[in-house]
Order: sequence, then structure tokens, then C-alpha cells
Amino acid sequence: MNKCLERLYNGIVKENPTFVLMLGMCPTLAVTTSLSNAVGMGVSTLAVLVISNIVISLLRKVIPDEVRLPAYIVIVASFVTIVELIMKAYFVEINAALGVYIPLIVVNCIILGRAEAYASKNGPLESAFDGLGMGIGFTVGLALLGFFREILGAGTVMGRQVMPDFYEPMGVLVKAPGAFLVLGMLVMVMNAVGMSTKANEKVEGCDGCCATCAKNEEHNKDGNAGKEAKA
Amino acid sequence: MTSLMVIVMTAALIDNVVLSQFLGICSFLGVSNKIKTSASLGGAVIFVITIASAIANLLYTLILKPLNLEYLQTIVFILVIAALVQVVEMFLKKTSPAIHEALGIYLPLITTNCAVLGVALNNVTDGYNFFESVAAGFGTALGFTIAIVLLATIRERIEDNDIPGPVKGAPIVLFCAALMGIAFYGFGSLG
Repeated sequence: MNKCLERLYNGIVKENPTFVLMLGMCPTLAVTTSLSNAVGMGVSTLAVLVISNIVISLLRKVIPDEVRLPAYIVIVASFVTIVELIMKAYFVEINAALGVYIPLIVVNCIILGRAEAYASKNGPLESAFDGLGMGIGFTVGLALLGFFREILGAGTVMGRQVMPDFYEPMGVLVKAPGAFLVLGMLVMVMNAVGMSTKANEKVEGCDGCCATCAKNEEHNKDGNAGKEAKA
Repeated sequence: MTSLMVIVMTAALIDNVVLSQFLGICSFLGVSNKIKTSASLGGAVIFVITIASAIANLLYTLILKPLNLEYLQTIVFILVIAALVQVVEMFLKKTSPAIHEALGIYLPLITTNCAVLGVALNNVTDGYNFFESVAAGFGTALGFTIAIVLLATIRERIEDNDIPGPVKGAPIVLFCAALMGIAFYGFGSLG
């Protein structure tokens, strides 16, 4: 049980995907124009993350090592399609707002990253809690961003007016550039209070799928080239 | 012909894939510290997205649609893109080692670049035909290259600046991207 709680803490605080690892930036920036969109996206990702972690963990001894990534992609894509169909049937409004970003959960590096780093090596229960922790961490990150963008950019929370009438909403924050601005502010505040991001360290299991690792790989390549030149 | 040009320009500037649609953010923020590397990545992205949108369109119109399997598009597209990137890499390695050397490590990264899948899915939603899909793919990738090279230019310029502690690293890059986003927002009035 302790192990499960530890996974939850790890996902929500210690390795928070949004603020610490800076993974899954595309949906983070794109759908956080309002709190409800942000939570909708967070919960969809959480569902896919938990189920795919369980299934991948159960199949971890069956899937041959050489073809594991394509196999993971098929598993994740199947669950994303199921979530997409459910959203289309029952949550029409949120689905319309999230649009193409629902199918794009497939390429969210958090999901493949957790499959590779955790679910492929651990039992289904721990993997489920790992997915749950990461999913909650991601949802919290999105919700924070969505909350600030909505309240400052439109003066509302969940569509309800909360700011006093004399408040002039900063429209730019709910437009595209505002996403970068608010995320930059939040990371800046986190840096200032000493919770530095790990965005420059290589994330375990994320095989150069995104920003961080690509940069490191490039760095290593330069380093190796340098060594070779010396030799 | 003009309509294809309009699609390319719209995809590249007005609906810029990075700055207004937020696709490919990971590589946009991560691989933009040098102009040279970001230009190579841009080249690889143009190459892959243009081919991928052509193939995705053929698959959708010739196989998925006649069989009423449209709901499988996400699974089919991502697998095809992953396979395509592998094939492109092997092909380049064999036929033109120079290009392979230049694009090198970026090709595998493109599999998980959400812009590739995003363009393929958007083309289906927009109901584009084959040529329009290719034009949209090319325009999107061109927009990605423009944005990432511009950001790399800014980052090279500010590399030696005295940036206050908490803003160092990710925040300053995000602020630069925000200012670029505001500039690109102006293109909206073209459309």
C-alpha cells in the first residue's frame, strides 16, 4: 500500500509532469483557455494513462522487447479511440472544444514515457497507481493554468463571472500567446520559490521522444564527437 | 493553383502550427537553442509531414472510407507515421548519407511530434482532397520551420544576456515564444 501512495506522491508532486518534467506541453498550452476545458483534457488523459498502464503491465511478459514501442502505441491508440468515442457520445460540448487534441493524446509523451519507464517493469496495481498519480499531477497542472488564464483573461471561473465589474479582462491571456505567457509566469514563480524544474535532466524511459531528451542527445553527440576528435 | 497557395500560406502563417495550434511544442522549445540544429529539424519535419499527409490522405480515401472504418483513423495514422519515419530513415541512409547525416537523430523524434498526426487528422476534418492535403502538410511544416528558426535566432541573441535567476531556462523561452505568438497573431488579419 505504501508503494501505491508513494507513486501518487511521485506523480503529483515530485515528478509533476507539467511543472517538473515539462512533458505533454502541446495539450497543456492548447486547451487551457478555460478551467473546464483543462479539467476535461486532464481527466481524459488520466483515464487513458491508468488503463494503458494496467494493460501494458499485464502484457509486459508477452510483448517481445524489439517491438515493444509499436505495441505500446497500438494499445494507447486503442484506448484513446475509445475515450474519443465516449467523449463524442456523452460530452459533446467539451469534445467540440478540445477537438483534435483528444486523438492527439496518443502522442502525449507522458503516456509512452510511463509505459516505458514504469508499467513495463512493474505489476498492474503499482502501475495503475503510477498512472493515477501522473494523471492527477497532469490534471492539476492543466487546471492551474486554465484557472489563471480564465480568471485573468475573461474574468470568469467555470464560465461564471467572479471578477468585479470594474475589472478589465486581459483578453490576450485566453488567446494563443497568453498560453506561453501564463506558463512562463507559473514556472518562473516555481523557480523563485525553489522548486526548480528537471527539464534539463534526462527523463527515465522517455527515449528521446521530446524536447528534453533530444537536447541531451544532441549534447551527448557533440560530446562524443569531441572525444573522437581528440582520440 | 491559387487555392493551394492560399492553403500553404494559411497553414504557414495565419494558423501557425506552433504558435497558434500548439502542435510540436516539445521540439519547438527543446531543440531551438541553435539556429543550425533547428534548421535541420525543420528540414526533416518538412520532409516527413509532406509525405505523411499524402499517405494519410490516400489511406483514408482509398481504404478506411470504403470500408467504413473511419473510427480507426487515429490508430492507423500513428502506426503509418511511425513506420514511415523508419522507412524514410533507412531510405535516406542508403541513398543520400549526406542528408541522413544532417537530419540524423531528428528523424526518429518526429514520430512523436504531434504536428505530424495533427496535420493528418486536421486534413480529414477539413475534408481536403489529395493535393490540398499535401499543400496543407507542406505549409504546416514550413510554418514550424519558420517559427523554430526564429526562436533559435532570438535564443542565440539572448544567450549571454544577464537574465534574472528565476526567469532563466524555461520561462525566458516561453516569454520569447509568447511575444512571437503576438507578432504572428497579426497575420490573422490577412485571412
